[in-house]
Amino acid sequence: MADDPAGAVHLSGDKLLTPELTRPPIAVSLKEVRKRFGRFAALDGVDLTIEPGELLALLGPSGSGKTTLLRLIAGLDFPDSGQVRFGGADVTLAHAAQRGVGFVFQQYALFRHMTVAKNIAFGMDVKPRRERPSGAERRARVQTLLELVQLDGLGARYPSQLSGGQRQRVALARALAVSPQILLLDEPFGALDASVRKSLRRELRRIHDATGVTTVFVTHDQEEALDLADRIAILNGGRIEQLGGPQAVLDAPASAFVAGFVAQANRIAGEVRQGLFTTPGATLPASGLADGPAIAFVRPHDLAPVAESAGGIAVRVQRVTPRGGLLWLECVAAEGLVLDAAVARKDVQPPVPGEPIRLALTGGHVFADPG
Amino acid sequence: MAIAPPDGALRFPVLVSGRRRSAIPGFGLTLGVTVTALCLVVLIPLAAILARAAGMGLHGFVQAAFSARALHAYALSFTASVIGASVNAVFGLLTAWVLVRYAFPGRAVLNALVDLPFALPTAVAGVALAGLYGGQGWIGRFAAPLGLKLAYNEVGVVIALTFVGLPFVVRTVEPVLRDLAVDVEEASASLGANRLQTLARVILPALAPAWITGFALAFARAVGEYGSVIFIAGNMPYRTEIAPLLITIELEQFDYGSASAIAAVMLGVAFTMLLVINLVQTWSRRFA
Amino acid sequence: MSLARIASDEPPWARRVAIAVAVGFVGLMLVLPLALVFAQALSRGLGASLAALKDPDALSAVRLTLTTAALAVPVNAAFGLCASWAIAKHEFAGKSLLVTLIDLPFSVSPVVAGLAYVLVFGLQGWLGPWLEAHNIKIIFATPGILLATVFVTFPFIARELIPLMQAQGTDEEEAAISLGASGLTTFWRVTAPNIRWGLLYGVLLCNARAMGEFGAVSVVSGHIRGVTDTMPLHVEILYNEYDFVGAFSVAALLCLLAVATLALKALLERLQPASEAHGR
Repeated sequence: MADDPAGAVHLSGDKLLTPELTRPPIAVSLKEVRKRFGRFAALDGVDLTIEPGELLALLGPSGSGKTTLLRLIAGLDFPDSGQVRFGGADVTLAHAAQRGVGFVFQQYALFRHMTVAKNIAFGMDVKPRRERPSGAERRARVQTLLELVQLDGLGARYPSQLSGGQRQRVALARALAVSPQILLLDEPFGALDASVRKSLRRELRRIHDATGVTTVFVTHDQEEALDLADRIAILNGGRIEQLGGPQAVLDAPASAFVAGFVAQANRIAGEVRQGLFTTPGATLPASGLADGPAIAFVRPHDLAPVAESAGGIAVRVQRVTPRGGLLWLECVAAEGLVLDAAVARKDVQPPVPGEPIRLALTGGHVFADPG
Repeated sequence: MAIAPPDGALRFPVLVSGRRRSAIPGFGLTLGVTVTALCLVVLIPLAAILARAAGMGLHGFVQAAFSARALHAYALSFTASVIGASVNAVFGLLTAWVLVRYAFPGRAVLNALVDLPFALPTAVAGVALAGLYGGQGWIGRFAAPLGLKLAYNEVGVVIALTFVGLPFVVRTVEPVLRDLAVDVEEASASLGANRLQTLARVILPALAPAWITGFALAFARAVGEYGSVIFIAGNMPYRTEIAPLLITIELEQFDYGSASAIAAVMLGVAFTMLLVINLVQTWSRRFA
Repeated sequence: MSLARIASDEPPWARRVAIAVAVGFVGLMLVLPLALVFAQALSRGLGASLAALKDPDALSAVRLTLTTAALAVPVNAAFGLCASWAIAKHEFAGKSLLVTLIDLPFSVSPVVAGLAYVLVFGLQGWLGPWLEAHNIKIIFATPGILLATVFVTFPFIARELIPLMQAQGTDEEEAAISLGASGLTTFWRVTAPNIRWGLLYGVLLCNARAMGEFGAVSVVSGHIRGVTDTMPLHVEILYNEYDFVGAFSVAALLCLLAVATLALKALLERLQPASEAHGR
């Protein structure tokens, strides 16, 4: 079968897949979306536009509304108010079955009584007779997808005979089998071991690049979001706190929550006076901030040991831990404030625990202290 | 777009908040069928009893529902049910323990047999128990010379009610006992408790909600039981006449009012038992 | 689970006593009655017992019992499927009240249930005059027996399916629907294969109760020999006529049904895949 569509597929990661594996990517937009569960406001007015073909992460702590948002896009839940649009179409009340989305569940939700191949073919098998591809086409498509997710030869297995990572791949292939307009993944790596998680992350990126499908995934793991996504929407308390690329959310956090959530940060209390944040022993620029109490979010690598003459925050070293090329210093300042500093090992002579040192601030993000 | 129950379904308190509720279809239809069937099969007929009893007026109701004969019947039904459920509480707990904890030949058979009262028609149980415990019976004939009468009196009622309630305690305690983590007992032992202390302070308190539920279920079943009792009870007014039997006697005399009054009291007991069981379940969920 | 390790914590004599007491209790309360029924049925030999079963009235009772069960069980299966779908797969206010009400027939005396139907469909009942005028007989006739049987077995299948479907969650159904399946397709291809053992189990218990119900049926039947007599009612009639061989022969037939039910139940529990087992 030389002209079998599956035969034309090269799985190198280039966009050489059969065109019918995905439809042209579309934009998805949400406007003023609200959703309550009883008295709990899961989504409290969310506006979001997902660009065609992008890989977007919904990042937030548990209870922030990220999974609800994903389910609203899928049509598995429906907003109390607001609007969901796929391309030009208003799909706010459209049923999940009509939306053409691929959804990958956190626990995979594989049909346990069907083989892997049957699972993947399900979306095609349940199409009305006149839209249903022929048996040969469906088999070819399943084969293509098995190869895409690197499960070639496992089509006859049952889900219970697969490892967690393999089940995840089946769930992904099953979602892709219906040529979704958008691919949605709920905590796709949450149930997996750390080592499997890393390789599957790369896998998802490769599959996204190969299919070009607009993809949204939910995660509570900052590293995962920063590593994988084109853009990240950071949710907190049912609202989007910031939407931007990995660089932007790291380097220009829009709120104290974002600054504290996307990466580890020391919280140093101080005061803002005329655009300058001051804490005993150190200052930081805080232009545009009103005078008053404030908190500086300072990453460990923005704390540097300095000579006593240069000022800095006076601390006592408690623990010294080498980590790769870095040296982590756990220090205690006055009033019991614990500060973590990370310095390049080759730059410093390791201090000994108990040694008093001084730490200067080389960067940080200052936000008004809400009290 | 609210999903309303189909016509004919009584309005059930369903909150349809705003728009569509669920991605899984069929809610309106299946809930409609459920509520309609529940009303037609269970609620409306039971309401007929309450309506009939209410129609008698307070005086008439009290006279019928709490006549000396009826009071006697309730007293027998409740006392015998409590005794039967208590016997089952003790032996049921032991049986559950043996089934879960010990391996011995015949365990599978014992396990299957426990459910016999669920599967055996009560009339069959009735004639069998009467045959066993009657004066000529396999057991009765050995008791008679000792001056013990085991059938056609209150003892017979207790025996029958013990029989029908037997599976409840075993089957409610068993899964809880099976899920009870072994390490909890090991922790208790490692902290210096001996086996009896572990049993009394760790295991039994964990089993208590299931145990109480099993007791309540056995009691509720026994109070309403009819078939197995009437063959062995003797059915003498003011002595060995259970409440359900009194209902059928009133019915045979076409005294529907009195029958309904007694049935209304029985329904009250059934509702109370349901409530108690639900409360125990809620209470036990504290630990879950 | 380290059954042996735990068990060894009790001294062997305590273990033996516990097992002996449990086996003794079950033997005394359950095995002896069962044995007595067969012994009594065969007390005049197998021939006399079989002859009693071939009596036309006995045969008619068997037929009525089978018919009733054949109608009541599917009705309750349909109800159980509807109820469990609504309750396990959806969220709504008043759910726990609904579940409690479905359980109600478990704790209502069967005699009370029978009376309820007499008050609705009997001559003096709500619908009595209308039924009389249209020459429809429900009480003291087969429809009444069927209704009473449906009442007492009402919760059986729903009670089996609701916890099972709740434990299985809604992920697989949502996955099927997001892949474009309709509600019915989802039910048949995704839900049904996951609950078939539980359904079978519920049907088995429901059937045993349907064939064995006595109190409720007794109230609505009218005890017309050869017409509205079910097998359990026939046991009573024969017993009251001192036809012990006949009574115990019919009873033995019902015992065989019970034993077969228990054996099938044990078999189902053994065959049932772990994914469907739930705390029993």
